[in-house]
Amino acid sequence: MSPALIAVLPFLGALLPGLMIRAGRNACATVTGSVTLLALIGLLLHAPAVLRGEVITARIEWLPQLGLNATFFLDGLGLLFATLILGIGLLIILYARFYLSDRDPMGQFYTYLMLFQGAMTGIVLSDNILLLLVFWELTSLSSFLLIGYWKHLPEGRQGARMALAVTGGGGLAMIAGMLILGHIAGSYDLTVILQSGEAIRASDWYLPALLLILLGAFTKSAQFPFQFWLPHAMAAPTPVSAYLHSATMVKAGIFLMARLWPVLAGTPEWFWIVTSAGLITMVLGAVIGLFKDDLKALLAFSTVSHLGLITMLLGFGTKAAATVAVFHIVNHASFKAALFMAAGIVDHEAHTRNIKRLGGLRHLMPITFAITTIAGLSMAGLPPFNGFLSKEMMLEEAAHTAPWVIPALVLLGATFSVAYSFRLISHTFLGPKRNDYPHLPHDPGFGLWGAPAFLAALVVLIGLMPMTFAGWIVEAAASAVTASPVTAKIYHWHGLHSPALWMSLAAVGGGLVLLALHGGLDRLWQATPRPEGKRIFDALMGLLTRLAGGVTKRLHGGALGQYLALATITILGVSLYAFFSGTHAPGTRALQPIEPVMAAGWLALMAASLGIAVLHRQRLLTLVLIGVVGLMVSVGFAYLSAPDLALTQISVEVATVILMLLALNFLPKTTPAVSSTARKTRDWAIAGAAGVGVAALIYALMTRDFAFPTIADYHLANSKTLGGGTNVVNVILVDFRGYDTFGEITVLGIAAILIFALTETLLRPGPANDRLRNWKSDMPDAGDRHPLMMVVATRMMLPIALMVGIYIFLRGHNVPGGGFIAGLVVAIALVMQYMASGFGWTAARQRIDYHGLIGAGVLIAAATGIGSWFASRPFMTSNYGYFEIWPLEKFELATAALFDLGVFLTVLGAVMLALSSLTRIAVRAGQTTNTEAFDMQDKFQQGDK
Amino acid sequence: MELLVASSIGMMTAVGIFLMLRLRTFPVIVGLTMISYACNVFIFASGRVVAGLPPILSKDATAYSDPLPQALVLTAIVISFGMTAVLVMIALGAFFEAGDDRIDLDEEGAE
Repeated sequence: MSPALIAVLPFLGALLPGLMIRAGRNACATVTGSVTLLALIGLLLHAPAVLRGEVITARIEWLPQLGLNATFFLDGLGLLFATLILGIGLLIILYARFYLSDRDPMGQFYTYLMLFQGAMTGIVLSDNILLLLVFWELTSLSSFLLIGYWKHLPEGRQGARMALAVTGGGGLAMIAGMLILGHIAGSYDLTVILQSGEAIRASDWYLPALLLILLGAFTKSAQFPFQFWLPHAMAAPTPVSAYLHSATMVKAGIFLMARLWPVLAGTPEWFWIVTSAGLITMVLGAVIGLFKDDLKALLAFSTVSHLGLITMLLGFGTKAAATVAVFHIVNHASFKAALFMAAGIVDHEAHTRNIKRLGGLRHLMPITFAITTIAGLSMAGLPPFNGFLSKEMMLEEAAHTAPWVIPALVLLGATFSVAYSFRLISHTFLGPKRNDYPHLPHDPGFGLWGAPAFLAALVVLIGLMPMTFAGWIVEAAASAVTASPVTAKIYHWHGLHSPALWMSLAAVGGGLVLLALHGGLDRLWQATPRPEGKRIFDALMGLLTRLAGGVTKRLHGGALGQYLALATITILGVSLYAFFSGTHAPGTRALQPIEPVMAAGWLALMAASLGIAVLHRQRLLTLVLIGVVGLMVSVGFAYLSAPDLALTQISVEVATVILMLLALNFLPKTTPAVSSTARKTRDWAIAGAAGVGVAALIYALMTRDFAFPTIADYHLANSKTLGGGTNVVNVILVDFRGYDTFGEITVLGIAAILIFALTETLLRPGPANDRLRNWKSDMPDAGDRHPLMMVVATRMMLPIALMVGIYIFLRGHNVPGGGFIAGLVVAIALVMQYMASGFGWTAARQRIDYHGLIGAGVLIAAATGIGSWFASRPFMTSNYGYFEIWPLEKFELATAALFDLGVFLTVLGAVMLALSSLTRIAVRAGQTTNTEAFDMQDKFQQGDK
Repeated sequence: MELLVASSIGMMTAVGIFLMLRLRTFPVIVGLTMISYACNVFIFASGRVVAGLPPILSKDATAYSDPLPQALVLTAIVISFGMTAVLVMIALGAFFEAGDDRIDLDEEGAE
């Protein structure tokens, strides 16, 4: 199975639980587990080759221009981590099936779990660091969903938010670090980066890259000073904690440090930063862990401590220490997952995780007791379990590392580690049986204890026969980490001269003493004031939120004019800066002469524009003047060799004015004068400056030649030969840039549907609807709402107008016209019927609703585009041909015309839907409509009164 | 002629911005319409303006007007109509919802 498929399988699997949950919880868990099992089998099939030292790769070009490719590779380290992720994942799926209660949505849980699993697998198999970053952020997001799975618990939500903020923030820093790394190495492929260790360490950018990447790794792996998020993430259901905090999420940071070890390790910066962070975390976690009463909190701090231990080993920068780190990753994953699951069992059965309320459980839960004891003693580092082996090797490495403070602190950490492990076992399970448990516990069924028992068996087997059960994978992974062949030497007995032996004995002895003194120490600890990570975090977040709120309130305080003014001033300022900081030569392009007609049009436009500004409080007059401006613009288009634009502009103008008239019907007819003179002066200054700026810019543009060769020539040269039409504008719209047009008609359709939706909300019961119902027209009604002359004239014009529309549509490919203009013309012809004969009469004769027209238009355009696939051409490739059917002359048919039909229908539907929505509002507001022609009945009724 | 086109664009922009800085919905909509005109003509003029040249291919023509900005502006005109219509509907909805057509939030609602 390709490594790419192994990484993708869990994501595919994430789709299944939501479906399978309908078939029951067992089916859901089985299917989810099968997908993980499939991926695991696919992975293990590669194991023999990887253990021989081969590297399995898969490469899919994704965005080669950005250096971002979906490349995957599987080496020893990837194999180790992927096995942990998928293997423990499988156990977690089994465990969760029996752990989750009936009230918990299980499909959702498995979906989140599989997303997370896929993201983790992706991290450890990525060969491209950009791809790795994508998966990295995916783990932050999916772990947010998992930690906050119990949405009803405030701790769950807060813990999830904190985890996301810390790990996501670290991820952002890591993106920067990875980009620097890729920049130095000249490639974003890990395999290349791993070869360029020398160059990277010698680079000036080494330290920034190191710091940023470590920030990402430390936040993820809860290293000091970011350790505070992990215990709060314990609000998650126990299967999540067991998965995230033993084998996966927090190991991602460790994985990354191990992965980049050949590149980044070995410098003094690496040694001091990584070793001290790891050492502090190890001691701090162990000390705090001893004083936690919540089983999961104790395990959480123990995890923090052990992660610190692994980090410290990686920080040493020696091959032997890295090998121990790899070995401890395996051991920690096995005993910690088992312990979390056992803690979950206790919680599940006794309904509490508080150690102070437990004790004596060995009589009631012998199986859980056995599992916890095996895993707990391994955590303490006692023989013959696997934790003992890696702890001995760790102590050996630490003892030989200068300065002396390192072995001393390690010993301190190890002592506390023994103490909390013993406390976990003795205070929960040993002692007399109590009779005040919240719920009388007993061992659960195999479903719950099966998974931790399997892991406990591994703990024993690796402990007894390390070379048989773990030696090979440790060798393969350590060889990958150190980029050189490693032979693991794992012994139970290091000899009497070994400092590790004496340190171990001291730790066990010290641990027993600490346990004996726990009662007194605990009271002392509770009385000592300590900085609380969560409080600092909350204060920091509160500060940021207030800051963001303050900035938003100042910049975005609800006054539209204010931001518009700010934006305009900013743009003006930037433009002026650009203008004065560059050099300019006067334009060389010859000016066109000013014809009298043009000057007259210009005068009309300027006068109308000025009139709008001065008289804008009289709204009806403003609309008349807007019409003048629009008309002049369209005349200008016609004059300046753009007949298509002139046609479009004039028909849009009609539709716009009708729309605004309909709206103005409801709005106040005048704008009250509220602005102060100062405000008006300010606004005039801003508007005037912007106007002068825009005019100067376009003048400068028009008086200069093109800076680059224009692509218009291509379109002119190929319009006839490739597009089959002589109207280049139309050919560009429906052929060369057909994809853009497709997007644009879609937007237009969405706008129309939006208008319809807004109308629907207005017509629904509510305050707006009440106002609408009680609305009284503030204008006198016309004496004759549907004048006979107008009705007759529009009806006679309808066929002619439709004919003109069809004519404009058909000729569009070769002479001015086309779908846009035809759609508008036909829309206006229909609107005239509404205006003359009334809404009711017209609506009764309308066969097709306008939503359908919009949908049909977009679908026809899409189908035309898809049609080119059947001719093995790319989307939207057009074709045309000439046909001769007697008695017609030879004529041309182009697929672009079909596309244009889609444009036509969408435009028609959108305009009509917008205008008819306004009419529906008018009807609701109490305006009468007639269903009879010519308004006759209405008149008679009026006459009767 | 360039001067006429440039000054028209400048005038329409200035009036548009002035109206958009008003405090009621209707002038803002009219202002947006004016700015739409100005933008469309601006894009069109960026293809350089000429009078009397055909945009239609023919055997007799020696030069053509630039078709590309024309195609861009054609769709822009239609889309700006769609956007104006949406804005008009929002303004109407706001008018009926709030009972007046002011655009700024009240001080106490400025949160």
